[in-house]
Amino acid sequence: MTATATAPAATLDRWEMVVGLEVHVQLKTRTKIFCSCSADFGAAPNANTCPVCLALPGALPMLNERAVGLASRAALALNCVVQPVSIFARKNYFYPDLPKGYQISQFDKPLALDGWIEIGTRAVGAPIRIGITRVHMEEDAGKSIHDRFTGVTAIDLNRSGVPLIEIVSEPDIRSAEQAGAYLRVLKQILEYVDVSDVNMEEGSLRVDANVSARRRGETKLGTKTEVKNMNSFSGVERALEVEFARHVRVLEAGGSIEQQTMLWDGSAVRPARSKEGSHDYRYFPEPDLPPLILSPEWIEQVRKDLPELPAARRARFSTDYELGEYDVEVLTADPQLADYYESVARAHGEPKAAANWVMGEVMATLKTSGEDIARFRVRPADLASLLNLVRDGVVSHTAAKQIFGHMVATGDPPAQIAEREGLVKVDDDSQLSAWLDEVIAENPSEAERYRNGEKKLQGVLIGAVMKKSKGRADPRKLNQLLTARFAS
Amino acid sequence: MTARSCAVVCEETAAGRVTAADTVNEAVGRAREVGAGRDGLNAFVWRDDADALSQAASLTDRLSDTKPGAMLGVPVAIKDNIATLTLPTTCGSRILEGYVSPYEATVVKKLRAAGAIPFGKTNMDEFAMGSSTEHSAYGPTKNPIAPDRVPGGSSGGSAVAVASGVVSIALGSETGGSVRQPAAFCGIVGVKPTYGRVSRFGLVAFASSLDQVGVFGATVDDAARGLGVIAGHDPMDSTSASIAVPDYTAGANVGLKGLVVGLPKEYFPASLDPEIRRRCDAAVDRLRALGATVKEVSLPHTDLAIPVYYIVAPAEASSNLARFDGVRYGFRLEGEGLRGMYEATRSTGFGPEVTRRILLGTYVLSAGYYDAYYRKAQQVRTLIADDFRRVFQSGVHVLFTPTTPTPAFPIGAISDPYEMYLSDIFTATANLAGVPAMSQPIGRIGGLPVGGQFLASHFDEARMFTAAYALERALGAEALA
Amino acid sequence: MAVSIDDVRHIASLARLGITEPRAAAIANELNTILAHMDELAKVDTAGIQEAIGVGAEGLPVRKDLGPPFPLARSHDAFAPSLRDGFFLVPRLSTHESTEES
Repeated sequence: MTATATAPAATLDRWEMVVGLEVHVQLKTRTKIFCSCSADFGAAPNANTCPVCLALPGALPMLNERAVGLASRAALALNCVVQPVSIFARKNYFYPDLPKGYQISQFDKPLALDGWIEIGTRAVGAPIRIGITRVHMEEDAGKSIHDRFTGVTAIDLNRSGVPLIEIVSEPDIRSAEQAGAYLRVLKQILEYVDVSDVNMEEGSLRVDANVSARRRGETKLGTKTEVKNMNSFSGVERALEVEFARHVRVLEAGGSIEQQTMLWDGSAVRPARSKEGSHDYRYFPEPDLPPLILSPEWIEQVRKDLPELPAARRARFSTDYELGEYDVEVLTADPQLADYYESVARAHGEPKAAANWVMGEVMATLKTSGEDIARFRVRPADLASLLNLVRDGVVSHTAAKQIFGHMVATGDPPAQIAEREGLVKVDDDSQLSAWLDEVIAENPSEAERYRNGEKKLQGVLIGAVMKKSKGRADPRKLNQLLTARFAS
Repeated sequence: MTARSCAVVCEETAAGRVTAADTVNEAVGRAREVGAGRDGLNAFVWRDDADALSQAASLTDRLSDTKPGAMLGVPVAIKDNIATLTLPTTCGSRILEGYVSPYEATVVKKLRAAGAIPFGKTNMDEFAMGSSTEHSAYGPTKNPIAPDRVPGGSSGGSAVAVASGVVSIALGSETGGSVRQPAAFCGIVGVKPTYGRVSRFGLVAFASSLDQVGVFGATVDDAARGLGVIAGHDPMDSTSASIAVPDYTAGANVGLKGLVVGLPKEYFPASLDPEIRRRCDAAVDRLRALGATVKEVSLPHTDLAIPVYYIVAPAEASSNLARFDGVRYGFRLEGEGLRGMYEATRSTGFGPEVTRRILLGTYVLSAGYYDAYYRKAQQVRTLIADDFRRVFQSGVHVLFTPTTPTPAFPIGAISDPYEMYLSDIFTATANLAGVPAMSQPIGRIGGLPVGGQFLASHFDEARMFTAAYALERALGAEALA
Repeated sequence: MAVSIDDVRHIASLARLGITEPRAAAIANELNTILAHMDELAKVDTAGIQEAIGVGAEGLPVRKDLGPPFPLARSHDAFAPSLRDGFFLVPRLSTHESTEES
């Protein structure tokens, strides 16, 4: 059975989508959550394993301090209340990439409760607050690889025990678009607080969605299904549309929704193969780990150490730098981009010019090269120097773009490039007059027509001089000279 | 006959009067003499005498440049559920057949650091589930005092290794009485330390919130020295306590003036075997004579210990034993697909008692039953722990009780699981409350040893040892008569 | 709360223990006998009583986010029932779409 979004819009309008999202995020730690094995990807199969993450008889878990710090940091950034006492619990089920036969997670006493984020963006409209039920810590499972060898499944436990947080939203989301906005805001916050790489393609962020449909005006929740296996935010949005449409079709036909897990395959949803017996995870408190006790002082310190969050930064950019809404949104999308911009703006002193350059040349260059701004060769101080050269009339805007190209290629300081490449602006009257003479001599008819009042030809003549000067001619000075030449 | 004591071996080895190899050879000879192997008492399931001798030799080589450890040259038998690098670790189970651990338990590392020589892995009830050492994949262990009787369990092999005089010290493990009960049945000393006193890293888990490595000694002093070596904080075990370890031998020659001994009336019910009561009374008279104040106290929730224990322990076990799935190590039997492999491996690899407890534990944790069984049991467990807290806060220093309701029973005599569970009735409380407890011989009935038990408050093993040393001294030969 | 043969089948399935039909009936009896003794607990008033969690512990200790990894004295092939190119091998999963079923 598959389903695609085919229900007529009018029918869909009678129903309301209700969505809650469960987001798993891998924390940026060096080692695993319960042992000192490397948490890095890319090692040979099972190379990053030890008695603990192999679940050898007698091995015991030891909690990674940094995982607790990062998880708490994320929870506070999501406006959650970090609990003074939280408890690890065992979630029991058999799967060959789950070595202990249980996952250490948190159940009825999670790390943090009662948060929210706001998803007011241009796309979604007025700000909406989406509740966050809980944030809890858990370990990742290993990897089952089905297509490596014929007839057998290959198990790699390098990922077994990598630290995760699960962020569970309230069922406050009312459309696929809102779900997408929620995920983008969430990702942005997690990037700002630097707890994770939050990369869905690489698996450091995974999303499961609980979706149900109810008639508009109804307050009770309908039966939900869980949709899994989406591998992009737009995939989540499309999967929700499709699954919601399926619910509506079933309900409109007088049917009822079966509570089950659905898998998204990129274009359609289908039920996960039926379970052999129902799930019964038999959660109970993990006896190998006493309750995690966090002092109010420690929690307060984590809060104090939080960096500026996206909303605050947007507000500040708009006030301090007087940037428009669009510029603010673009420049604060990524914390490293925002840092970069801010360094340029401060060093240069003209926020708008800095914004134009960062959003123009810098972002275009990064987009072409696919490079990360953290490793971008043109450092903010150098870009600010270049902007200073333009402002001070040392180089023209056209030359500046050429200089920027050289900076990207070589990493050299702009003044040095301008000098070396002969791109320093020429405002010397005799040189400018000499170029002008040559251009008039080479374009006698255009010069004549200009003299006779065809003023639009000014651009052609100036352009020819600029070309001859390789962009170095000071256009303002040149204009004056041209006007003076034909004024008599 | 008993092996030379830990103190003597240690001193003579350090002085160069004997070598560690001499002592190991003595143990090998004694094991042969008493028939400690598979076809005899079946105390040991794995032994590598050549390896033990080579370790002894290297110890002698290093002797000049290291400070002599507290167990220098002392061979120590180790229960088969404690991970060792050079011998298999099979938990008396088929599911771990052939498994040799690629890492070593913290307690074994500590033994080695103190100069001890791991000497064989001892038989046990499979995964420590049992009270008789009859439920091992490698056959039952026999009581050296009466070979038609059980040695107790689950650490029966370790108890027999000491009781038969092969070694003076052996490691066991406790979840509900698995050291104290076999110590009582075999007429030796057995200690269960406070939960958190000894690292569990490398002890194959049965019930994590109850498990603790314990020590058998031929004498109180052997046990005190053994515990002194393995106790202490271990960062590899998050439940291990950062509390300093005192010298447990300090109480060896101290009187009991000022000591308040409580006799919990629930441990002396009207139905108690009158012969056992008589031995206990005699021991209590000695304690009084030694200057102790004795008073009756009450631990009102004692009767609930067995129901609580047989919910909590199987629940944790059902989860702890999920890792034996044939995927990464141990025994594996193919079946139809993955589920077939799991089921074939586990139902063939685990024996009937382990299967029964896994099912019981799965049931009490499953949806709809958790609150009635597991949550309820954990609440009642709090009441049991509160009983102890109250008594110890009222000024009582140690409690004295019988260790078991009966002496060793004949092999095969108990077939009803619940009847078997009841042999833990006086011991399981200490595991549930986390308090330390020990058993020592206080006499015999028809030739069968009777154990008396001391219990103390958390981390107060030292006081417990002081009482045990004094009682052992006072009873003298009477303890074995 | 009597344990039925269906209950035994269900928990045996959860625990991945293959149980024959006659054995299932016997186990149902055994579990019922054992659980009958457990019913004593139902009579205890435990209103407001905390569950025993983390007995004797002072809260959870943490470790630094540092290596080196805890070493294995023997490599995986010394103990793995089936290993190829460093991977543990298991029978092909009949359904491998969901990560939580088999």
